[in-house]
Amino acid sequence: MIGSIFSLEVLASALRMSVPLAFAALGGVYSERGGVVNIALEGIMLVGAFGAVLGTYFTGNSWIGLLVAMSFGFLIALIHAIVSITFRINQIVSGTALNIMATGLTTFLSRLIFKAAGSSPHIEGMTQWHIPGISGSLSPLMVIMFLCIILSQFIIFRTRYGLRLRACGENPFAADSLGIDVIRMRYSGVLISGALGGLGGAFLSLEHARVFVEGMTTGRGFIALAAMIFGRWTPIGSFGACFLFGLAEALRIRLEGLGIPTQFIQMIPYIITMLVLVGVVGRAIAPAYDGVPFEK
Amino acid sequence: MTRRTIISILAPLLAVILAFLVGAVVIVFLGQNPFYVYRVLFSNSITNIDGWGYVLFNATPFIFSGLAVALAFKGGLFNIGVEGQIYMGAFAAAWIGITVNLHPILEIPLALIFGMLIGGLWGFIPGILKARFGAHEVINTIMLNFIAMALTNYLVNNPFKEQGQINPIPQTKELYSGAIIPRVYPLFNRLGIKMSPSVPLNYTFFLALAFCFLTWYLLERSRWGYEIKAVGLNPKASRYGGIKPEFIIVLTMFLSGALGGLGGINDVMGYRYRFLDGFSHGIGFTGIAVALLGKSNPIGIIFASILFGILDRGALAMDVFTNTPRELIQVIQAIIIIFVAIGNELIFRLLIRLERERE
Amino acid sequence: MEDRYILETRNIVKHFPGVLANDNVSISIREGEIHSIIGENGAGKTTLMNIIYGLIRPEKGRILLRGKEVNISSPAVAIKLGIGMVHQHFMLVPPFTVWENIILGKEITKRGGLDRDSIYSELKKLIDDYKFNIPLDEKVENLPVGIAQKVELIKLLYRGAEVLILDEPTALLVPQEVEELFETLYALKSQGKTIIFISHKLKEVLRISDRITVMRKGRVVGELDRDKADEKTLAQLMIGKTLEPIQSVVSNRQEEILRLEDIKLPPKLKQVSLSLYRGEILGLAGVEGNGQKELLDIITGLTLPEDGRIFFANKEVHHIDPRMIREMGIGFIPEDRQVMGLILDFSVAENIILGRHYKPPYSIRNRLNLPVIYRDAKEIVERYDIRTSSIYKAVRFLSGGNQQKVILGRELSFDPLVLVASQPTRGLDIGATEMIHSLLLEAKRNGMAILLHSSDLDEIMSLSDRIAVMYEGEIVGVFSPKEVDETLLGLYMTGVRRD
Repeated sequence: MIGSIFSLEVLASALRMSVPLAFAALGGVYSERGGVVNIALEGIMLVGAFGAVLGTYFTGNSWIGLLVAMSFGFLIALIHAIVSITFRINQIVSGTALNIMATGLTTFLSRLIFKAAGSSPHIEGMTQWHIPGISGSLSPLMVIMFLCIILSQFIIFRTRYGLRLRACGENPFAADSLGIDVIRMRYSGVLISGALGGLGGAFLSLEHARVFVEGMTTGRGFIALAAMIFGRWTPIGSFGACFLFGLAEALRIRLEGLGIPTQFIQMIPYIITMLVLVGVVGRAIAPAYDGVPFEK
Repeated sequence: MTRRTIISILAPLLAVILAFLVGAVVIVFLGQNPFYVYRVLFSNSITNIDGWGYVLFNATPFIFSGLAVALAFKGGLFNIGVEGQIYMGAFAAAWIGITVNLHPILEIPLALIFGMLIGGLWGFIPGILKARFGAHEVINTIMLNFIAMALTNYLVNNPFKEQGQINPIPQTKELYSGAIIPRVYPLFNRLGIKMSPSVPLNYTFFLALAFCFLTWYLLERSRWGYEIKAVGLNPKASRYGGIKPEFIIVLTMFLSGALGGLGGINDVMGYRYRFLDGFSHGIGFTGIAVALLGKSNPIGIIFASILFGILDRGALAMDVFTNTPRELIQVIQAIIIIFVAIGNELIFRLLIRLERERE
Repeated sequence: MEDRYILETRNIVKHFPGVLANDNVSISIREGEIHSIIGENGAGKTTLMNIIYGLIRPEKGRILLRGKEVNISSPAVAIKLGIGMVHQHFMLVPPFTVWENIILGKEITKRGGLDRDSIYSELKKLIDDYKFNIPLDEKVENLPVGIAQKVELIKLLYRGAEVLILDEPTALLVPQEVEELFETLYALKSQGKTIIFISHKLKEVLRISDRITVMRKGRVVGELDRDKADEKTLAQLMIGKTLEPIQSVVSNRQEEILRLEDIKLPPKLKQVSLSLYRGEILGLAGVEGNGQKELLDIITGLTLPEDGRIFFANKEVHHIDPRMIREMGIGFIPEDRQVMGLILDFSVAENIILGRHYKPPYSIRNRLNLPVIYRDAKEIVERYDIRTSSIYKAVRFLSGGNQQKVILGRELSFDPLVLVASQPTRGLDIGATEMIHSLLLEAKRNGMAILLHSSDLDEIMSLSDRIAVMYEGEIVGVFSPKEVDETLLGLYMTGVRRD
């Protein structure tokens, strides 16, 4: 039985499940490293999922769908940035409002455009890539995800931009005293999280389900935040945590055969998230000024 | 005093108007007539007695939800988990209702108390995690939402599933008569208000009003409310004043959860007389909008709940009579939250500057 | 004949609400010298430096750099002009390494990424040139304060600073680190840098300076060459003459009520023992940052000492917390009244009952007894002449003086045996100050023990029956006001003398 749990099939499935989480968690890293808490990732993923279907449905080209997903996510993130950075409104309130807005907006537009109750028409997923020598197909988005993670690890820790971004999250006053535009840096972090979150949502609707369903993110945006915390606000760490969550998701289907009621297995990711936050699985320290509006 | 009251009503009022303006723009963009759509939205609800009956019925769960969020706000905490507390509390009450059959005088309070306890438990958990471990209550309460939905979904599908039911959505069997909260139309008719029997407005509404009063009393007249507000405003000075912030955080979340636990009573004991899987469509989240709009004040919450009750009632009509999907309401809701938050902040800063110059 | 003045200020004027921080201040700094600016808290030195560094704009006055007038509108401009400042509270990013902190904002890149090799070689050159000794790869949060300070200095040198302003640089250093700092400063001077050294510690200032400017109450009261200065002259200039102190009533000192034995809380509190007697005001003098805050936090139950014992009415007490303190009968007027003492958005009445809100008569079985609360609040407002339009109004809108009166009224109204008053008249006008002084004296006459912590020596001298001076975490002298004058106190406060 253990063998069947850790079979290649399960691992591959876990990897697929982790992609949307990983995009969102990576987005969270950019935002929070700059010092802005982005609870709106859930809503960003949702609009991304919708945008992907929208773009793909009307142009037949799933890459356009990706672009639409990224821009929708970007727009939601822009509102969050304006409200919480420029107006210095509490970031939790702003994020929660945007989540509500995203839920309403996507269903609203879905009914309007697709005239369907609850879900859009099915769409073709992304054409998979075939690598000679490896059986099975490779999702382009998954490749993009890996690229983004590795690139981001470099960007955040080895470039000038990353250094300044992290400074804005750890001690914006020091950054400001050295002439860094804290506001602009924080905006960039939030907007990037919007684009990435949108991509995460796009994977859900394009690859995973091949359709948009109301509320299809079911809390993944929040789980991604927990993964980010678990991963110590680093791209690679977040991905590792997302993979673990993906594993739990993949195992769910296996475990269902064992007689444990499906709802309890459904709960596992959420319970793990709570344990992560409590520090059972390791104390994690956020950037010092995460969530604190910056005022000169 | 009155000038301050006017200013404090100004922000929410403006926010609502602005939000509706944005909505109107969207409607125009869709090629519809905003006046027509808004007329449909409001006409069914406030022009006749029955309409008001439906509105108040809709408002009832929002009042509980808004109170729950508001109480947490006063304590400086974010209870985003009212949705989960609603499910847990509602199921707990339903469980009493299908397990024992007593006289309503005993059974209804029993069900309510049990519902409050379980809802309170659902608030207690994130509360103690925050107080002991510093774990932020936002994500924890959201996680508990999902856990509650999964848990009640399981319970309703398995041990407590109604036998031989026709309804495709799982539900429990019907509550014993002792747990049923009756509708108000008989009383109203006797008082000369002609309400038709189909209006589901029931005594839970008055229960909600009572809890408004109780919450107000707790916050403004009791020692515990004083400490909750103190910790919410300034934990450092509170500590100096001999208050223990850790304890207050747990207490606040417990009470907030208990209030949330009552949010589903209107449906379970006052309308459907059973627990229906997934019966709450975001009552918990509307509560956030209600609390913000009502500025965490029980009177404001009542008004805000009525507003959303009107919107809910009108949403149905919107779907039927116009080509504008009802989810526009949700979008307007979210815009209201944002505008109210911004408005509150700006007016707060303005007030400080004005008053400072006076002293 | 004008020497080579690298930096001058002419007639700088700056007001803050209620206080004239810089009153026509003109200083001149020669190139290549170490110039100290000394003065007490509130003398205006930090304000002046913040103006030079571009953090604040002056209302009147000019700044000249090498004889040419300049407009310093922000720290970025100051840095470009070659002026750098190391603040008392470091502007470092704790989890970043030394090299990351140094280059932040002025990074060397190669193809988009940080060019570590070039950064290292350039920083190494800088470190060698100035003979610093800092580990480039260590995280700043792991460094001792003395090394972190060097990082701040290198930051400035990396950006080409010629004038280095150090604000109370030895405040957080241990003696060895102070020595190292002085070495560093001499090295910098030999490289042609100009150093402005802000301090209140006379011994150090006399060691290191070439010239010394003394400020008091916003004005420049003296400018001396090193060889013309000595401790007495400086102390006298710094603290100045006072009017005849109000001779307080001969102390009717009663029994001991509070005793601290060998209280330790490293690193700030080395060892303190003191006794408080009923019917007496014990003044705690000293420059801020010498352990007073930690001592008061221990007495008021916010922190536990690492070592030592506390006795109240001759009974030892353990693990005290703020509620216990009040129950025992100790009242507290905190230094930072808006953060610690008041809940700004609570009303006057609500603030007045804070600390006793859970007991009768204000709460009966956890229900607030509003009539009694309002009655007492009104009474206190009247008794202490608190200017507010109503007791229901949020305390946030009261003036500083009235806010303080709320706190005082609250603390005095439960008749404590001991009152700890920390900077009770800071920021208040004459009227409010006098009222608070007379209230304190009256309380003393009625048998209260008062621990008065203040940076205002006039206040200490005129109110206290005994004065204890704190320096670097210890009590270095205890006197009666008749035995001392400000100059002598100044010498103890600045570490020159000790018993």
